[in-house]
Amino acid sequence: MRPIDRDSIQAELDDRLGQELYLHLETTTGSYTKLGPEKKNPVIAFVRNARISYARGTVTGTGPYRVGLKLGEGWVYADGLTDYEVNERGELLLAGLDCEGQLTMALQLSQTPFREGQTDVE
Amino acid sequence: MLSEAKGRQPDAAHGRTVPFDAAGESAVLAVFPHPDDESFAAGGTLALCNEAGVRTVYLCGTYGDMGRRMGRPAFTNREALRDVRTVELSSACAVLGCELGFMGLRDKCIEFEDPADVAAQVRRVIDEMRPSTVITYYPGHGVHSDHDALGHATVLAVRALPAGLRPRILAVAVGDPNVLREELGEPHVRADIRGVKDRKLDALRAHRSQTESMFAHMNEDAREDGQTSNFSERLTVREEFYVLDADAPTLVERARG
Repeated sequence: MRPIDRDSIQAELDDRLGQELYLHLETTTGSYTKLGPEKKNPVIAFVRNARISYARGTVTGTGPYRVGLKLGEGWVYADGLTDYEVNERGELLLAGLDCEGQLTMALQLSQTPFREGQTDVE
Repeated sequence: MLSEAKGRQPDAAHGRTVPFDAAGESAVLAVFPHPDDESFAAGGTLALCNEAGVRTVYLCGTYGDMGRRMGRPAFTNREALRDVRTVELSSACAVLGCELGFMGLRDKCIEFEDPADVAAQVRRVIDEMRPSTVITYYPGHGVHSDHDALGHATVLAVRALPAGLRPRILAVAVGDPNVLREELGEPHVRADIRGVKDRKLDALRAHRSQTESMFAHMNEDAREDGQTSNFSERLTVREEFYVLDADAPTLVERARG
């Protein structure tokens, strides 16, 4: 992953306008917050392989960045995005990474379903 | 009720903590949900078994695909993480002399599967290798929902076996050792892992994406920070387990009422 530059992300979002896409949207504190000094509750949510299509998609902010996707009926919103990558499958991966390299937020778009199920090992 | 039940299990050793005796095992199966759980929770014990010539198998529930650690600094991403962690786990298991199998479940979602299905997957491996001991997380004391769910399924798998064929269940409780002692009593079995601590640390280092931040902090803070040195002592001196009675309802079952 590398730091987000807004022009590149805006171009990636524009490229995908109107397409039938698979969404991965996630935010996470990690599962071990109860063991921390403040004994905080974990806050974790993800949606994987929801089908979406957007008519307007915009990246805003000066870093960390926000992305809003305007759907036919509703919105996809993410704040706290810092890094991105377009992987070998052509998937747009946007992530919020903290100073420890830990993922706090992910917003990802793919033309084919994000990988699920078993991999052959060995 | 979780708080009322306390989960205290009948103690095979009548209240005394007995040492883990690798030479007394015929084969040991570890069942945990994530790549790196085996090294954190039982890496020393698995290495002791390997030194004693005892076959060990790690049945790993998921690929750790929902982990949030990407390395420090991050060197992977959400979609590539499962492959990174699969390779890391293979390396760690090579360090520990442990065979490796995957259940292919989705990270964070084990508790939403049918426990009987998950237990059946564990059962197949038990039937194949006939372990004398199965090591898993203490259901209800795993902290992570995957730990509780897979520990529970492992108890169900053992419960379904005829009495004579049941392996002993050694359960790992997660959290502050003092709090755990208050809730669960003294651990029933303690493995002295000082002689294999380098293998455990090497196995942990093999999980680079997950542990390089921890090792960096350990090196930075070890001298001043009592908590960190406690943590590293817990990692390298001993591993402690509670013996679970497969017939007793697990805390996961009790919590459901």
